[in-house]
Amino acid sequence: MKKFSNTYIFIYSAIIVAIAAVLLTVVAMSLKEKQNNNIRNEKMQVLLQAIGVNCSRDEAAQMYQQYFEQELTVGTDGSTMSVYNIKDGKMEQGEVRAFDIKLKEQQTLEKSGQKGAFPVYVFSKDGKKGYVIPTQGNGLWGPVYSNIALADDMNTVVGVTFSHDSETPGLGAEITTEKFQAPFIGKQILDENGQVVSIAVKKNADAAALHEVDAITGGTMTSNGVDEMLRVDLMRYQKFIDANRGAAPAAPVEGAVENAIEEEVTNE
Amino acid sequence: MSNFSKIFTTPLAKNNPITVQVLGICSCLAVTAQLKPAVVMAISVTVVVALSNLIISCLRNTIPPRVRIIVQLVVVSTLVILVNQVLQAFVYDVSKQLSVYVGLIITNCIVMGRLEAFAMSRKPMESVMDGIGNGLGYGIILVILGFVRELFGSGTLWGYPVMEKLGMYKIGYENNGLVIMAPMALILVGLIIWIQRTKDKELQED
Repeated sequence: MKKFSNTYIFIYSAIIVAIAAVLLTVVAMSLKEKQNNNIRNEKMQVLLQAIGVNCSRDEAAQMYQQYFEQELTVGTDGSTMSVYNIKDGKMEQGEVRAFDIKLKEQQTLEKSGQKGAFPVYVFSKDGKKGYVIPTQGNGLWGPVYSNIALADDMNTVVGVTFSHDSETPGLGAEITTEKFQAPFIGKQILDENGQVVSIAVKKNADAAALHEVDAITGGTMTSNGVDEMLRVDLMRYQKFIDANRGAAPAAPVEGAVENAIEEEVTNE
Repeated sequence: MSNFSKIFTTPLAKNNPITVQVLGICSCLAVTAQLKPAVVMAISVTVVVALSNLIISCLRNTIPPRVRIIVQLVVVSTLVILVNQVLQAFVYDVSKQLSVYVGLIITNCIVMGRLEAFAMSRKPMESVMDGIGNGLGYGIILVILGFVRELFGSGTLWGYPVMEKLGMYKIGYENNGLVIMAPMALILVGLIIWIQRTKDKELQED
């Protein structure tokens, strides 16, 4: 066997690593824009899917302009922090487009006691206005995402999409299937008092019930993650919904809520 | 040429990476719950093994033995990251489908195993053939597992609802939840090994 000196080994390793580093940097840099474009287009495609418009990723940017009207960011106190008009591309208020917001960062901000900005997309399809609320939570192996499209009443679900980064194929990853998603349509996120109760994902759900859908067999942890995600993220919009929901009753004061709950219990 | 074809065909059956060398079991449990990821994974692994075999084989006389594993690792991880980047830029959907599994090719024992056992001592062309052969040998098993597990576990094939179209659910058939679980992949691999060794006496050990 050939003998190699220590100097040779050091230089050899350094060169190999340097070549690999340069190669990866060049490739990563040159493909960055294409990858980012893919990601942006996909985000639009998914938002469109949530409102029932299916299109290819290439058409997404154009279709997005056609169906979506405004991007809002709102605080958990119900205030509107930014408004972006999609049709004419103008920021009406604030500085950051809801589209460019990283939901995870805002969630962390909110948790640390600061004020997070949460996105709402206003769309109009077949002459009907509606809202899309994006959510993000944790599945079994990694993050899970969804977009909930609500009708003009900010209550009835008209469409949903779910996606994930690394759930198990055939188990947790089934949240992306029609079979899991279809039952969400027609469900409601508010109870009769206008309080956000979300939609529970649970075993043996009653198909007729307004606030629950069936979990995935063998994907219990992912289902629980989705359940938690919807509940936590939709709650953040409570004040926004109260403030903007036309037909909704005024937000009841604390005592009234308790009374209402008590009443419900006694009724049952 | 017969030498070439022998290098290519041995890993398909007689020296199959999964059933005979028993390498790459981890990923074969993880990605075979459905057919599609199994196929894409098989292709990705084939590409990575073939290319890394080629590169290491070209460099084999310059690599100091004491740091050979590190050099191999650098080459393999560079290739895997490249494959991942290219997938993300040009076939974004496929890359989403595979998610973390592309990265896990780095840790696939088949890749390092072939580099150590073959590419370090053979000519580049032979090494490429060996890489493709091993990738496909691994792929065959993945596809068989993916086929069986998706069909009996979810009642679909490539997402197409086979069992529903055949009307199986109406006569009381139900999907087997156990088949989608990882242990079932292991049991299936065991069955394949059993069948293969029963047929091929050479592979039987004492």
